[in-house]
Amino acid sequence: MIQIANLTKRFAGTAVLDGIDLDIEQGEIIVVIGPSGTGKSTLLRCLNFLEHPDAGQLTLGDLQVDVTRASRRDILAARRRTAFVFQNYALFANKTALENIAEGLIIVNRWPKDKAHARAREILERIGLADKADAYPASLSGGQQQRVGIGRAMAAQAEVILFDEPTSSLDPEWVEEVLGLMKQLAAERQTMLVVTHEMGFAQDVADRVVFMEGGRIVEQGPPAQLFQSPQDPRTRDFLRKVLAAQPAPQTL
Amino acid sequence: MSVLDFDYMLGLVPILLSYLPLTLEMAAAGMVLALALACGLAVIRVLKIPGLNAATMLFISFFRGTPLLVQLFLFYYGLPQLLHFLTQINGITATIMGLTLHFSAYMAESIRAAIVGVDRSQTEAALSIGMTNGQLMRRIVLPQATRVAVPTLMNYFIDMIKATSLAFTLGVTELMGATQKEAAGSFLYFEAFVTVAVIYWIVVELLAWGQRRLEARLNKAYSR
Repeated sequence: MIQIANLTKRFAGTAVLDGIDLDIEQGEIIVVIGPSGTGKSTLLRCLNFLEHPDAGQLTLGDLQVDVTRASRRDILAARRRTAFVFQNYALFANKTALENIAEGLIIVNRWPKDKAHARAREILERIGLADKADAYPASLSGGQQQRVGIGRAMAAQAEVILFDEPTSSLDPEWVEEVLGLMKQLAAERQTMLVVTHEMGFAQDVADRVVFMEGGRIVEQGPPAQLFQSPQDPRTRDFLRKVLAAQPAPQTL
Repeated sequence: MSVLDFDYMLGLVPILLSYLPLTLEMAAAGMVLALALACGLAVIRVLKIPGLNAATMLFISFFRGTPLLVQLFLFYYGLPQLLHFLTQINGITATIMGLTLHFSAYMAESIRAAIVGVDRSQTEAALSIGMTNGQLMRRIVLPQATRVAVPTLMNYFIDMIKATSLAFTLGVTELMGATQKEAAGSFLYFEAFVTVAVIYWIVVELLAWGQRRLEARLNKAYSR
């Protein structure tokens, strides 16, 4: 269970996150949509303390943090409860696919190497890359790299996996395999907070869609409700532009 | 009469080779010390530690901005005037000191560039899974920075081997100093200096071969 209360982040005086409140149930899949530069990525980065929020309270499972008073230990604890999937994969270039997945288990969770590698092999199996265990990132396709990125996040056994536009830098041919893996995780009720422009994914997979603009949550609801009868004019305006640019979800 | 006295040259080889260990020892000692100092300087520059950063920049500026020979003369002939305990200093120690300080200035900058050059998103990925800064440096950044820095550092090592020849100006009889003495005795300057040039050349080529093998190993993870 995750609770975000009044989360605020300013860059040079401008509020990029302007008091975000959001609760996420265990096993819930939330997709965040909205125009560029409205703080969607910053929201994810603040939950993981890749950006330090200026105000707010976070509850991540058994951890409660007032971000203004977060100690180094709180930050490490928060990071262990949230796993991050990056837009550009960000795999460790000096480590194989297997080692990328096992690294956190060995170094952060202090598992013995054998146990960590065994777990990493299970995960490689689940992400369909068992045959790439010893491949280095440079020899993997974009889609394969991102699946390893997701595998690394799965290994962390975090309260929630944060996906920051996971398909935005992929060539179109690799998008499906990454979305497919995310759907598989969703079916296993892995708690997910996903920032994406893939409206079809939001429509099919999300339990709840959150529309953000100007650092605030404007509107949220089940996908059918948000896509078919958006209440706020800003939501309607955004959806009209986005759906004109990409094929509409089938049910629309 | 032939152009070169080959018998003389062949006879000279074992004599000169007996001075090669000293040359290599000075270079090896200089390299180890310079590498250690350069790592410290690079970390100061990367972390921009207040005060030390400015001092480091001044240090690098001076030792890159003045000739090595001037620096060696400063340590050997100049400094003892100010600091009397340095009158004990011998030519070998002064040479190692000079090589260390001079080359650490260059090496610090290439190590710094290699560290800064590691993709920032990998740093974020390491932090996101809960690694500390120390773990992130040790496991992710430094191994990749090493790969980038090794070719330039090896080039500095090769340069350093050749630079040890300046030690003869401080009265050290190393490879170059020995050649000078032999040539002065026989008057066969051309033969003596060709011989020593070939010895330096072979040593450097052997190192360059080792460098290529090392680089191939370090690059294994990055080839498609």
